[in-house]
Amino acid sequence: MKSKTVEIMDEEGIKRALIRIAHEILEKNKGAERLALLGLQTRGVPIAERLAAIIKEIEGADVPVGALDVTLYRDDLSHMRHHPQVRATTVPFNVENSRIVITDEVIYTGRTIRAAMDAIMDLGRPQLIQLAALIDRGHRELPIRADYVGKNIPTSRLEWVHVRLREVDGIEGVTLGRSLDRAADDE
Amino acid sequence: MDRNLIRIRTLDKEDITKILDQSKVFLEILDRPIKKVPALRGKVVVTLFFEPSTRTRMSFELAAKMLSADVLNFAASTSSAVKGESLKDTALTMKALGADYIVVRHTHTGAPEFIAKQGDFRVINGGDGFGEHPTQALLDLFTIRQKLGRLEGLNVAIMGDIAHSRVARSNIFALTKMGANVRLVAPPTMLPVNIEKLGAQVHYRPDAIFEDTDVLYLLRVQTERQKDSLLPSLKEYAELFGVNGDLLSKFKKDVIVMHPGPINRGVEISHDVADGNDTYIEEQVRNGLVVRMAVLYLLEGGKEAAHEAVN
Repeated sequence: MKSKTVEIMDEEGIKRALIRIAHEILEKNKGAERLALLGLQTRGVPIAERLAAIIKEIEGADVPVGALDVTLYRDDLSHMRHHPQVRATTVPFNVENSRIVITDEVIYTGRTIRAAMDAIMDLGRPQLIQLAALIDRGHRELPIRADYVGKNIPTSRLEWVHVRLREVDGIEGVTLGRSLDRAADDE
Repeated sequence: MDRNLIRIRTLDKEDITKILDQSKVFLEILDRPIKKVPALRGKVVVTLFFEPSTRTRMSFELAAKMLSADVLNFAASTSSAVKGESLKDTALTMKALGADYIVVRHTHTGAPEFIAKQGDFRVINGGDGFGEHPTQALLDLFTIRQKLGRLEGLNVAIMGDIAHSRVARSNIFALTKMGANVRLVAPPTMLPVNIEKLGAQVHYRPDAIFEDTDVLYLLRVQTERQKDSLLPSLKEYAELFGVNGDLLSKFKKDVIVMHPGPINRGVEISHDVADGNDTYIEEQVRNGLVVRMAVLYLLEGGKEAAHEAVN
């Protein structure tokens, strides 16, 4: 399949975006009290860890970091022939009354975030849930928005956004890809 | 994964590893305040039990409920089976009711395969005759891996009535596929001919395995088979093969003791060992839940593959 890709964020760009988001999280929540970061498997998890490290530098506060796999809450499970492997969920903080910031690499349809909110509600009743995404590529199918966004990238549905993070992929960067072979990639 | 889970014999190492890995992730759900996830919402699971069972049936029922499936329990003793309804017609009734999964336990080996032919439901073998009991073996392997960190290279001794045990058969298949060394310990009347061809060593007395056994897996002496003259007496069995503190002290210090239940206290296992720190019977029961959740979750569905939504 023919395709072309362009880099839209490099390592420095990701770093600066996360520093800004960390500041915005602290500003909006008036500090780090009862704050918790919950990364969506897989790339949301290192984003949560990095944000926690930056918050520690800025505020000196230790914000707990958890990992959430939303597979069991997906709305399309009953349409699948093969259920995907579920990865670990670890929530090392009390959800009750906490201020949870969900972190994910890309927000797109919003369906993953809907699933994540349902999963969190099964673990307790947080005071609030916010969302931080490194990339917002639009095309929401649910009334969901991100509170913190690294970069807004207007995309076509025929394009794809690849976020690569050192902890998961060994390399760092965000690329936008587009198939030149329309028929093969048509939704 | 296949559509059904009927035999360990037909699985490979990758299938078993996949189920065990997936099971581990489900453990977290057992510690939640609300022990339920919506993965199998709207699915119907039928437990079709033609033989008595406490833990297997309850474990499947609870596992299915934790995945939000609806569960119908069928017990042969209180059903139309006593009016002579055939297995085929029972399966067709389940099909008409819209069963997505059938968990079956039957006195006849091969009953699960027969049921699988009657409809497009997924079939899980909950124990068939002298055949297999695959989820028991999987939960046993999961427990061993949880306690000892691995399966490969471990020495696992299975002691008791091997000949009449579908649990032993499934465990022999599963353990040898995963690279463990299996030793079978029993009086000759409780050992089937040529069982060593499955890749296990055979011993007639426990003293042969004291030195290097990592896992001592005890089978229930099926007291209902006493009329088959397998043993001179239960008392003699208890003296030669019954595991009490004294016998256990001759094993390696860190040996772990397992039993599929129900246990006969004072026959194959003494009170002090059954309640002791080396015994993991309750962990086996708890692990049975997550292994069965993983199996229900992983069996292939019948629908068309949907497009994979990303992000």
